[in-house]
Amino acid sequence: MPRRTIPDRAAEFLREWSVPRQMAGQDHRREAAEAAMARSGRPRTEKADSVGTSICPYCAVGCAQLIYAKDRRPIAVEGDPASPINQGTLCPKGAATMGLMTSPMRLDRVLHRAPHATEWREVSLDWAMDRIAHLTKQTRDESFVGDAPDGTRLNHTMAIGSLGGATLDNEENYLIKKLFTGGLGMVFVENQARV
Amino acid sequence: MPQWDLARSDVVLVMGSNMAENHPIAFRFAMQAKLRGATLIHVDPRFTRTSAMCDIYAPIRAGTDIAFLGGIIHYLLENDLWFREWAIPYTNIATIIEDGFAGPEGDGTFSGWNKEETRYSTETWQYKGLTVPSPLAEAWMETGGDFAERVSHMRDGPPPRDETLQHPNCVYQIMRRHFARYTPEMVERITGCPRDLFIKVCEAMARNSGRERTGAICYAVGWNHHTVGAQIIRAGAILMGLLGNVGRPGAGMLALRGHTSIQGSTDIATLYDMLPGYLPQPHALRPHGTLEEYLKVETAPTGWWAEFPKYAVSLLRAYYGGEASEANGWGYDWLARIVGDHSMLPISLAMDNGVIRGLFVMGQNPAVGGSNSKLVQRGLAKLDWLVVRDIAETDTATFWRDGHLIRDGEMRPEEIGTEVFLMPGALSGEKAGSFTNTHRLVQWHDKVVDAPGDSTSELWFVDELGRRIRKLYAGSTRPEDKAILNLRWNYPRDEEDEPDAEAVLCEINGYRCADGKLLSDFKDLKEDGSTACGTWIYLGVFPEPGKNLARSRKADGPEGPGTHLGWGFAWPANRRTLNNRASADPDGRPWSERKKLITWDEEKSEWSGPDVPDFPKDKRPDFEPDWSKKPKGMEAHSGSDPFIMIADGRAALFSPSGMKDGPLPEHYESVETPATNPLHPGMSSSPAAKRWDQHDNRLAPPADPRYPHMLTTFRLTEHHSGGTPTRIVTTTAELQPEMFCEIPVELAGRIGIRMGDWVVLSTERGEIETRAMVTSRLRPFRLPDGRECHQLALPWHFGWSGFATGDVANVLTAVVGDANTGMHENKSLACALRPGRLSRVQRPRREAT
Ligand code: SF4
Repeated sequence: MPRRTIPDRAAEFLREWSVPRQMAGQDHRREAAEAAMARSGRPRTEKADSVGTSICPYCAVGCAQLIYAKDRRPIAVEGDPASPINQGTLCPKGAATMGLMTSPMRLDRVLHRAPHATEWREVSLDWAMDRIAHLTKQTRDESFVGDAPDGTRLNHTMAIGSLGGATLDNEENYLIKKLFTGGLGMVFVENQARV
Repeated sequence: MPQWDLARSDVVLVMGSNMAENHPIAFRFAMQAKLRGATLIHVDPRFTRTSAMCDIYAPIRAGTDIAFLGGIIHYLLENDLWFREWAIPYTNIATIIEDGFAGPEGDGTFSGWNKEETRYSTETWQYKGLTVPSPLAEAWMETGGDFAERVSHMRDGPPPRDETLQHPNCVYQIMRRHFARYTPEMVERITGCPRDLFIKVCEAMARNSGRERTGAICYAVGWNHHTVGAQIIRAGAILMGLLGNVGRPGAGMLALRGHTSIQGSTDIATLYDMLPGYLPQPHALRPHGTLEEYLKVETAPTGWWAEFPKYAVSLLRAYYGGEASEANGWGYDWLARIVGDHSMLPISLAMDNGVIRGLFVMGQNPAVGGSNSKLVQRGLAKLDWLVVRDIAETDTATFWRDGHLIRDGEMRPEEIGTEVFLMPGALSGEKAGSFTNTHRLVQWHDKVVDAPGDSTSELWFVDELGRRIRKLYAGSTRPEDKAILNLRWNYPRDEEDEPDAEAVLCEINGYRCADGKLLSDFKDLKEDGSTACGTWIYLGVFPEPGKNLARSRKADGPEGPGTHLGWGFAWPANRRTLNNRASADPDGRPWSERKKLITWDEEKSEWSGPDVPDFPKDKRPDFEPDWSKKPKGMEAHSGSDPFIMIADGRAALFSPSGMKDGPLPEHYESVETPATNPLHPGMSSSPAAKRWDQHDNRLAPPADPRYPHMLTTFRLTEHHSGGTPTRIVTTTAELQPEMFCEIPVELAGRIGIRMGDWVVLSTERGEIETRAMVTSRLRPFRLPDGRECHQLALPWHFGWSGFATGDVANVLTAVVGDANTGMHENKSLACALRPGRLSRVQRPRREAT
């Protein structure tokens, strides 16, 4: 774009300024209120090829959101006007959901820090899953107590803990409790309800 | 109460919450009420945006909420301003308590205190001649003799009552004696709130109660985060009970919870002491040995919890599927037994003491959110392995590189042997599933977009981990491996290899075992093993194939009733307002046209209204139990006992069972405090509070001159809890870029601190440095003994990760907990303040090779 000269700018300013347009007879609530940016602007959701319903990932008010996507990537997150909770609005956190989904700090690879290492290394998801399954079994097997010496049934391991759940889905919490307490015998299972 | 129902309140008391800043969208409903003429009140140690929007702002010293609420209760009782017609039939105010009951007026303990074991026996708190089971997920209590036999006498007849309220040991008279000390003068002395302002609050609450008017309380963790947190909430509930503000339009207590599905993770508990649906986790030291014993002591004889066996057996069927049989107690034997308190604070200690060796952390950030953060970090450094699943590098995941142990020169990364995995997780919108919001509303979110790279949902992670571990155990015949091998674990996956979240929700909902047919009503659950149900209170959310009610999005129009029964699913049974039987008078008529919700329809012989009745639909208001038949369950409640989950059907103003630190709320100072307690100087803080004294978790004694200031913590609109999901977002990080400490102008002037200066805060646990925000939002208080006291306030979201950083407030806090919940006390503690920065031993970091 060529550099704009001062006379250019002055002309543009006069053209865009509402007052001369009102003096020229334009309605101050209609044509005269229009700005160039508004005329050329397009809705940010226009390019979406799909839209789905979501719920704000932050607090427990439970504001409903609409996620607009193109090629399975988010292009905008808006408050859902149909929701009786938020009626289209979002607070500064909820309004930052798009920024959260696309944050430059988002992690997209599995990182591993070996004992005593000073930095991360990237590992494959499959390797990590196998290693975690192995460590879980090993720690469980080394620590599991079936019965106390007096015969009281304990059926547990105290050596493995789990934290988290309040930011997760109900279905996820259900599986965590089922696998960890119902299957592996872990008793140290907690979430943010006590934080 | 549904959040939107606040718009129909005539008075809204916001206390223990900065609602305008932390639950802004819910606060709109309080503002709508204000526009319709309601009075808004904010009671808080800090003047915030909530205070600015309210009609009355009453400042109090942090941790003195019970004194304030107790004062209101005193005012209502002494001036006879409570809603008698509602409270006498619907609460236990007329019930007579055991002769041996004694209040804490003397030495600061209620009757039944066992000094050696530092706990209460609740025998003298009981209804006269009875043992009352608590409605919590822990009915069993230690009593002499056979517990089940003792509570069975609830079926002999109604509890002894004196509806004239004259009996010296009826709850009304006990409450009058108990709260007699909470005079406006005493309220002012303890809380620091000017008397006339306090009276204004009392008047506003009283004025908006009765047939025509209702009020609500909105609270958040400003109430929970105390060693007396559960009792503060009880004080609020007593107030609402006296004023008839339960189960009615615009009435109730709204717990404003912090995380999107924290309600769901309490219902479908990833908590140590509860199985899904508020069923107790079997306890090795209780009579829970076999399924039969467990069901015997945990089943309430009267009220809805008499149905307990159906829910417990159906859960076991959902867990262990076809392997569960009547012969093996439906797999009850395979469930893990707890042996004590395994909650958040003991987890920190168990890591620090080397008991826990492996830890999963999924979407939580304990290095920032855990009390006594340095103790937490030392614990992380002692683990063999740590799996962190989150959307970015969290402070917890990088404790070994950037944490306080490294910063303070305590350890070098090379000395830390923990193997750490950091795995990328997925957000709502990148996976399908449901959240339960703060008013029990289950709402589904779709998968709309893909999560980046190798990110996976927790559903995939847990399902996959289960599959791989089961493979490792395949073929084992050891008895301890039966549970993992017998788990019903066959969730279908879609073409993207993602487990089907709706299939899991269907299991949560429940089905008939024989043919897998989905159930639609929890009354269809059976004790004989023919039904499976993952969480009985969620039954109905998926009543038939293809009908996921959490996904339902039909709100009422402007002309509709405003209960929005078609938007999401509210547990249980899509009821929007719990205990809504109380919205009608004992005869089933509305208290007034203005406050009408559920009423008895004589023609149809059923309860009806714009909400789902929280009461047996066809139970007549004049129904009386036939005591000659020793009625069971709901048969033992009359048609005018609205509280179906409570053994006697009435709200407990006085709590005979369930509370571990007293049947009535009493003002105790926080465990660390600059003040003394004028009610009982010898018993400053709650005797029953959980204290864990160890070298890296020391507590300062009350009124310790080394720690003269009161410290409270708070949240910011722009940041979320442990901070990860906002500190990594450019907009929110720019709006609140770094940590600070709010310091009152007077104190700052005295010790020479200006806005923006560096300051150091210290407690017995550690020291942090941050910038000063000198402000008049915090005002000086007089302590009960007349000394002046200042309060400081810290936002606690910060850490070293992300764009917005700062020191960790929780370095200052202690591992100390509420007797009932194990909740920490980060809203009121004592600290010291000095200008300047921390001097640090910085060991050079070894270059990576
Ligand atoms: S938009 Fe704000 S108020 Fe609404 S759920 Fe999200 S964080 Fe809570």
